[in-house]
Amino acid sequence: MSATSTAAPVDFIRQQAVARALRVFLPEPAVLFEHEDVKPYECDGLSAYRQVPMVVALPENEQQVQRILQTCYEMRVPVVARGAGTGLSGGALPLGNGVLMSLAKMMRILDIDRPSRTARVQPGVRNLAISEAAAPYGLYYAPDPSSQIACSIGGNVAENAGGMHCLKYGLTVHNIMKLRVFTIEGELVEIGGEGLDAAGYDLLALMTGSEGMLGVVTEITVRLLPAPEYAQCVLAAFDDVNKAGNAVERIIAAGIIPAGLEMMDKITTGAVEPFVNAGYPLDAEAILLCESDGNTQEVAEEIERMKAVMHASGATEVRVSHSEVERNRFWAGRKAAFPAAGRISPDYYCMDGTIPRKALARVLLAIAELSKEYGLRCMNVFHAGDGNLHPLILYDANIPGELEKTEEFGAKILKLSIEVGGTITGEHGVGVEKIDSMCVQFNPLELETFHAVKAAFDEHTLLNPGKAVPTLRRCVEFGHMHVRAGQEKFPDLPRF
Amino acid sequence: MQDIIDQLAHAIREAASHKTCLRIRGGGTKDFYGGPLRGESLSTTAYRGVIDYEPTELVVIARAGTPLPELEAVLREKGQMLAFEPPHFGSSATLGGAIAAGLSGPRRAYAGAVRDFMLGVRMVDGKGSDLRFGGRVMKNVAGYDISRLMAGSLGTLGVILEASLKTLPLPAAEFTLRREQTQAEAIALMNEWAGKPLPLSATCHTGGFLYVRLSGAVAAVRAAREKLGGEEVTDGTTFWRELRDQRLDFFTLPEPLWRLSIKSTAAALDLPGEQIIEWGGALRWVRTIADAQTIREAAARCGGHAALFRGGDKTTGVFHPLPPVMMRLHQRLKQAFDPAGILNPGRMYEGL
Repeated sequence: MSATSTAAPVDFIRQQAVARALRVFLPEPAVLFEHEDVKPYECDGLSAYRQVPMVVALPENEQQVQRILQTCYEMRVPVVARGAGTGLSGGALPLGNGVLMSLAKMMRILDIDRPSRTARVQPGVRNLAISEAAAPYGLYYAPDPSSQIACSIGGNVAENAGGMHCLKYGLTVHNIMKLRVFTIEGELVEIGGEGLDAAGYDLLALMTGSEGMLGVVTEITVRLLPAPEYAQCVLAAFDDVNKAGNAVERIIAAGIIPAGLEMMDKITTGAVEPFVNAGYPLDAEAILLCESDGNTQEVAEEIERMKAVMHASGATEVRVSHSEVERNRFWAGRKAAFPAAGRISPDYYCMDGTIPRKALARVLLAIAELSKEYGLRCMNVFHAGDGNLHPLILYDANIPGELEKTEEFGAKILKLSIEVGGTITGEHGVGVEKIDSMCVQFNPLELETFHAVKAAFDEHTLLNPGKAVPTLRRCVEFGHMHVRAGQEKFPDLPRF
Repeated sequence: MQDIIDQLAHAIREAASHKTCLRIRGGGTKDFYGGPLRGESLSTTAYRGVIDYEPTELVVIARAGTPLPELEAVLREKGQMLAFEPPHFGSSATLGGAIAAGLSGPRRAYAGAVRDFMLGVRMVDGKGSDLRFGGRVMKNVAGYDISRLMAGSLGTLGVILEASLKTLPLPAAEFTLRREQTQAEAIALMNEWAGKPLPLSATCHTGGFLYVRLSGAVAAVRAAREKLGGEEVTDGTTFWRELRDQRLDFFTLPEPLWRLSIKSTAAALDLPGEQIIEWGGALRWVRTIADAQTIREAAARCGGHAALFRGGDKTTGVFHPLPPVMMRLHQRLKQAFDPAGILNPGRMYEGL
């Protein structure tokens, strides 16, 4: 989808009617519609797409959420739910004829149950705030997306957020137990439970990563894990990206599941180093960060094995952190990769394809070639452990045509991700941004199934309409044929 | 192999057009589980075999009819496993059946359930369409998570053809301890330990003993063993397998077997009959003659649900009744995948 900053005329009569209906039960400051009040909500973390919402509603409790939904349902007004607005795929992009419901005011940690190792939180609670609150009990919330200081847990559920440690500790879907959800009709459903499974279909899995299309989450029970006794990190430098890729494969082949396994290429280390002074070897073509956690003896044992694999894979330099300060410094650069991209380029576009690890060399080579072809620089950071690649394409939106070129470059990376057996999005979601690439990853029957699932929850398509799943018509207009890793599906099926 | 898929899809389309019910069946080891078996048997056993296995990617893709023992042997050869430790209940148990039943074994509380390891699925829905969701990579948020939805759906949404699953390395060391403990003490200990960084991989209280399995790096297991104390169980592997496949003496008792999945810290259940506690306290097996309502109320009070697992009177339903809004969502989902209502009708709930 091409980035937009549309200024469709506001339907003032409709706007007034909706705002009036909401102010029946919401205090005046909780219903915004003046242009300067709603402007701050015009985009999420993907700022290339902007749209001022018709009305913004700021509920403070479940009852208000319920009434907002009931009102919107009765008036047939589309609703977009928003957490902290840090999403990178435009999932919380407002609609010019809709209500943007910000859940930011619902930011209380309701309960931390130490014996059962769970926390009950409202959707607006920041990801990191949960771990901070659980720390006195020796517990933490494992999924740690790099935006964790700002992103909200409600948004994490909507996107099935991951992070640096998901190979070992899982994604959001693996770390939540129960959701309180309101349907578009304003009916409350409790999904999951306090045990490890629930009766009926696994709606907890279905809701997680559904991008606000199926319901609005008002309370989340998350699972907390005991904080590891000890952690150490290996930093290994390589003079060839392929060698780094092989090292990743050999780590896994050795039966090691690292707590974190990240790769950065040369352009990335060069961009972040002046920013964080992590001490990265700047002449290396790629560096790997490989973390071990557990008890002291276990970590010592595993670190030795990791070092041996790095050396055997041809690392030019291997360092091990010897203090928490040093370990955090190793990670600081990785965590600063996105801000650093913003520092060396006016704009950047972050991709999120996930690929089988063995295809890494092929994909990186192709990205390098595309980078030359389009004349756009590209930094590569890679959640190497789970195959999630984040190429950051650097561009300047003020140069006419450069954003379009960037999007084309990005779409080619996504197509390639599918061809090698991967997916267009590992953790950022489809949103508006990758919606056309969905036509490449799924065939019409599969897309129809998604629409049927949506309709099962939201018959009138009022919750976050137009996101995540393209209409078949859109795919036809987009004109790209569905591809699947090296094979044509349904060769006899008519294509439209 | 495509011919088998064509036959399955054809059978489903035929059944849908005639509104005749199909009863999807793998090895038949879980015929006892769930509601009544209705309709003509549709076997998945011919569609078998591992399609792709790449140990360094931690992913295996296999056909639904693959016998679990066969699949597990392939993984073991490369030093890996299905970490959710699916119950077999018989040597003919298939991968498809394990996923559809959604049951996980002793390692579940510490490693995750079937659904946690599902990465992708190929299935035929109730319209006879051959569909693929998810894929072969660890992180994938393109489209709704239909793969995980299939886990535990008891064949009511479609016939699973293939699944890709995350695999994990076999632990370098494994060790089982036991100590004499009351139920209440065992529940308290299980929860206390789970809050500490210990390499637990299974816990069980039965016959007055608390059993603990430790798995992981040699150093970690050794350290934990000293910390926890208790006597060594020499044939630990056998014990956990017998528990997983329900071959311990407890499972031969005559009373109906109930499965209660509840909050791990819930006190010992005040129900007549014998009990086994698993999953760090979150799973309670109860052999009891208590009536369904009493048992369901007990489970609900503890934040969970109860299913009549084996035996007993199934006429009042096997699984915990769903609240009306929830049931409606289930019916609409069923309608989306199987509009003719022909796939395993009533196996989960009447009307699904």
